[in-house]
Amino acid sequence: MTTQQNKEINEFLDKNYEFGFTTEIDSETLPPGINEDVIRIISSKKNEPEFLLNWRLKAFAYWKTLKTPEWSQLNINPIDYQSISYFSQPKQTNAPKSLDEVDPKLLETYEKLGIPLHERAQLAGVAVDAVFDSVSVITTFKDKLAEAGVIFCSFSEAVQDHPQLIKKYLGKVVPYRDNFFAALNAAVFSDGTFVYIPKGVRCPMELSTYFRINEAKTGQFERTLIIADEDSYVSYLEGCTAPMRDENQLHAAVVELITLNNAEIKYSTVQNWYPGDEQGRGGIYNFVTKRGDCRGNNSKISWTQIETGSAITWKYPSCILRGENSKGEFHSIALTNNLQQADTGTKMIHLGKNTKSKIISKGISAKQSQNTYRGLVSMAKGASDSRNYTQCDSLLIGNKSGAHTFPSINVKNSTSVLEHEATTSKISDDQLFYCQQRGINEEDAIGLIVSGFCKEVLRELPMEFAVEARALLQVNLEGAIG
Amino acid sequence: MSIEDKIILKIRDLSVSTDGNQILNGLNLTVKKGETHAIMGPNGSGKSTLAKTVAGHPDYLITSGKIKFLNKDLSSMSVNERSNLGLFLGFQYPIEIPGLSNTAFLKAAINAQRKFYDLEDISAHDFLLQLKSTADQLGLDQSFLSRGVNEGFSGGEKKRNEIMQMLMLNPKLSILDETDSGLDIDSMKVVARGVNSSRSEDSSTIIITHYERLLNYLVPDYVHVFFDGKIIKTGNLELANELEKKGYEWLIQKK
Repeated sequence: MTTQQNKEINEFLDKNYEFGFTTEIDSETLPPGINEDVIRIISSKKNEPEFLLNWRLKAFAYWKTLKTPEWSQLNINPIDYQSISYFSQPKQTNAPKSLDEVDPKLLETYEKLGIPLHERAQLAGVAVDAVFDSVSVITTFKDKLAEAGVIFCSFSEAVQDHPQLIKKYLGKVVPYRDNFFAALNAAVFSDGTFVYIPKGVRCPMELSTYFRINEAKTGQFERTLIIADEDSYVSYLEGCTAPMRDENQLHAAVVELITLNNAEIKYSTVQNWYPGDEQGRGGIYNFVTKRGDCRGNNSKISWTQIETGSAITWKYPSCILRGENSKGEFHSIALTNNLQQADTGTKMIHLGKNTKSKIISKGISAKQSQNTYRGLVSMAKGASDSRNYTQCDSLLIGNKSGAHTFPSINVKNSTSVLEHEATTSKISDDQLFYCQQRGINEEDAIGLIVSGFCKEVLRELPMEFAVEARALLQVNLEGAIG
Repeated sequence: MSIEDKIILKIRDLSVSTDGNQILNGLNLTVKKGETHAIMGPNGSGKSTLAKTVAGHPDYLITSGKIKFLNKDLSSMSVNERSNLGLFLGFQYPIEIPGLSNTAFLKAAINAQRKFYDLEDISAHDFLLQLKSTADQLGLDQSFLSRGVNEGFSGGEKKRNEIMQMLMLNPKLSILDETDSGLDIDSMKVVARGVNSSRSEDSSTIIITHYERLLNYLVPDYVHVFFDGKIIKTGNLELANELEKKGYEWLIQKK
């Protein structure tokens, strides 16, 4: 590749992070540090029932016995857990009942992010829960959803209004003992989203949560819990952004999904946390535990993720295929640029008979970034006649980035079938020249080639978001040959 | 109209090297509006090098001489600018872009060109109408349009796809680099019809080929023979017919 081309590509890659602004807003932020008192304060601020406080305290006690996991090859700056503030909320005495009561600065923030919260301006057919730092500021279209019997609210509200559901399902898919970050989250989680789709209901609109980190030196620890009761269906999407800051900020979320008989959850993520600058300063540590339990027969959970942001992305949205004939899917695009690192993939745990899973992973690495697919497909003895199809494709841009693939397969029966395909390719000079000869500039050419590479995953996104995701890929690709 | 206004491409004393090897050695060529030129010559004589150099391929270095396209010096112009100005290169080996639909690619190309001329994006309706009629003209069915660019296309499909792009982009100068190689008779006729339909008083075509067959359908105004990086003989279709019978040896020896 010529110097000129390299230069152009680099300029393209060096575009700035668009969502890096901060909102000047009075916040109530706990002083940094974690101990039992902090947990009690969080719990009492949220007026939580005792079972929840006790669960948090048990999680904290367990977390204290753990060491930060080091098995990944990620290069992580040591995290000082006593220097993080575990709770921050915009000052506002009571939860707003309507948009008129929401601080206009908050509304403006979401407006700037392209997530208008005013219902008249909203995307048709999409309900939004907006989480700002540690708390949910507003949930739209609640009444309309309530008519269908759908519960869509902040986690804090669910604790107040539906404690029996929380008690029944919280921590059942991702117990606090699951891993270091899951234990930390269980101890200090502040808010998140709760969804319950009753029996036989097809949720009448797309649900989405928009996460925004604003305060400096805070962590964001949210929990999402989605339950799809028998014969129900829901499609849910989450989006994330954060301001540009020189220090790393921790985002350690937990997402639990449960599908009962014949139910389906489609869960999509467009993750665009601040990735840090080109020298690798700052950026979000996105260490998230996501797992779905296909508990019912014929149930289905599909994960779609577009991971373009964060200094480090470390997550494996997984499916436990417990119900007979249940299905799990994982569709992923992970794009890394500059010094970003991604270690992501999935676990498909086949327990029930005749269960099926499909994994489509697309990794794109540019500049000096490192992109890892790590996955496990496990077929238990009882998971007879199960099937898995895995496809892992890596696209390298330039010659300094890295793509790594660690698939693990564990089969304990003789009737299951697994297929694994993997490719690694590069954006070639010939492809760029071909596009340019057709009048397309280099920047758009890279965007087109990448969107072609990602096609199978992009088409899984709800239509309203597919366009946004494509644009996001292009913006985050700023240059890529280093 | 002055003489300069009638000239689409003017190449003067052009020398080009790639990978340290000198390929073109003082080439001169003038193409006027409405003309069709054929370039023939043995392998390695510099035919494809000329095509890639005019298009601006970064691997080809101009060591001396000038190329003017529509009276503009091309030396400092980017590849996409040359294209937007109306230069089209039909690739000898069209490139695959997996997953990117032929339709999306063409639309991006057309909109890039429109943007260059400060025009709005083409409407989806107009684009699809034009695309469908062009595809029909070339005997390409609808499924072809949604497949990835050249992905898994047969040789013939790739070449027809090049012609489809050419017709959609409506260039001022098309350089078709061995567009006829690997085509069966029927495909060649389709391609020739496509090229003929694009001919006009304002646009010109340069056809690089090894065979007279395509030229019999297209009837070029000039046939040039390349050897050792320059033109050693210029004639008309009769010259092509003669070359088909006698090969290049007699010309080279005469030289």
